[in-house]
Amino acid sequence: MQLFVDVGRYCRLIYEAIRSSTEFGMYWKNIIIEMVKTGYDSLPIIILAGFFTGAVMTIQTSYQLVAGFIPPETIGSIVSQSLLIELAAVISALVLAGRVGARIATELGTMAVSEQIDALESMGFNSVTFLVMPRVLAGIFMFPVIYVAAAVAGMSGGLLSGYMTGAVPMADFMLGARQVFSPADVSFGVIKSFVFGYIITSISCYKGYFATGGAEGVGQATTQAAVLSCIYILVADFVLAFLLL
Amino acid sequence: MIEINNLTKSFGANLVWENVSLTVDDGETLAVIGKSGSGKSVLMKHLNVLLYPDAGEVLIDGLNIFEIRYAKLRRLRQRFGVLFQGAALFDSITAYENVAFPLRFFSDFKENEIHERVMESLKLVNLADIGIKTPAELSGGMRKRVGLARAIVMKPDYLLYDEPTSGLDPQTSDEINDLIINMADTLDITSIVISHDMHSVLRVADKVAFLDQQKLSWYGTVDEMRKSDHKELHAFIIASEYTI
Repeated sequence: MQLFVDVGRYCRLIYEAIRSSTEFGMYWKNIIIEMVKTGYDSLPIIILAGFFTGAVMTIQTSYQLVAGFIPPETIGSIVSQSLLIELAAVISALVLAGRVGARIATELGTMAVSEQIDALESMGFNSVTFLVMPRVLAGIFMFPVIYVAAAVAGMSGGLLSGYMTGAVPMADFMLGARQVFSPADVSFGVIKSFVFGYIITSISCYKGYFATGGAEGVGQATTQAAVLSCIYILVADFVLAFLLL
Repeated sequence: MIEINNLTKSFGANLVWENVSLTVDDGETLAVIGKSGSGKSVLMKHLNVLLYPDAGEVLIDGLNIFEIRYAKLRRLRQRFGVLFQGAALFDSITAYENVAFPLRFFSDFKENEIHERVMESLKLVNLADIGIKTPAELSGGMRKRVGLARAIVMKPDYLLYDEPTSGLDPQTSDEINDLIINMADTLDITSIVISHDMHSVLRVADKVAFLDQQKLSWYGTVDEMRKSDHKELHAFIIASEYTI
């Protein structure tokens, strides 16, 4: 029963956000603030995660492909394509489910339990326009940027770790990456990151906006936002792979 | 004028109150009193349509606020100022910005005009020099006064106070009471005060509504309350350690 209540309230929240999206003058400043918080502020952790993912993947791929007749550029092909199709989008989304999702749920949850959302409504604001819309739009706009940053960092990590460990020379790594590069793979990654950005921000907004029960309620909302975001990212990843590949 | 007609509210199987009817005339201050859990704050949330009733209506100048469209409701809400129990200040911005907040979105004022209006409101609550502090740096009484400054900055027709003196020391409570009286006198605002502080009620109110046993148990002027022999009302007043 609670599932139906949750789905209904979530759909109403998103419907209200879309319906009120024309009031751009009311929330455009908040979009910029949220884009900085969601995108720019997340870059260090995303670059770090992407870099080490690429680095580890190169070493592991080279370890698995020990047969002498496999050309070394194959490592570059596997690592770069895996990053573009899957890892850059999914790893960054899972990292940001914790970082961005938890922040959004905590912010809105605290506002909900301390009557700040009621105060906004009482003043004549549409709280959904003001609080939810900028966060969701910022997620949708910034996650593709984050995906690109993660992919570039991953390639750099792979390139560097291949060179430093002697697993694959830089020229061979680049040759392999260029051989399999397809704009369609990047498009697929960008589509994924759009969807993941929407999932993380909308679920976190929903959990925070309807938080009740003081500090404990905010804690629960935050945990649920992060966990549910991770689950739906994995489900969406499967569905998108099934539909688009 | 605010008219509440046969308002009934329950949460699931729990009836909060039923058939509550009362009227607040322009310029009047109504105090809604009752025990904790009697539904005083729930009633206040209905007046601002933060909650919808199971039955009944609330008319503001003859307009049923539960039947109007959301866009019109938002315009109507701008005629209300609300002081929440915990002040509900936005904790990421300064006290000054909290007060300026509605002006920045709902007025065409230039920055100097916003400044003038904000300072005017802060002076009315005796906090002209508090602007740069954040809510976390303010005491409970100061937060309530900043909340009140924010509530009056748009020059509303109606002011709703939810437990304005709860959690405050007697001296600060008296300052808040003075402010409520001052608001009603100088700005000619119609006010509804939710409270169980009888000292405050007797100082600020023209009329009193007593919520008890899931209904409006008693309703009348302060003078009538002093003379009333209503048993539950008297028990409530005596329990408030107050003699009238």
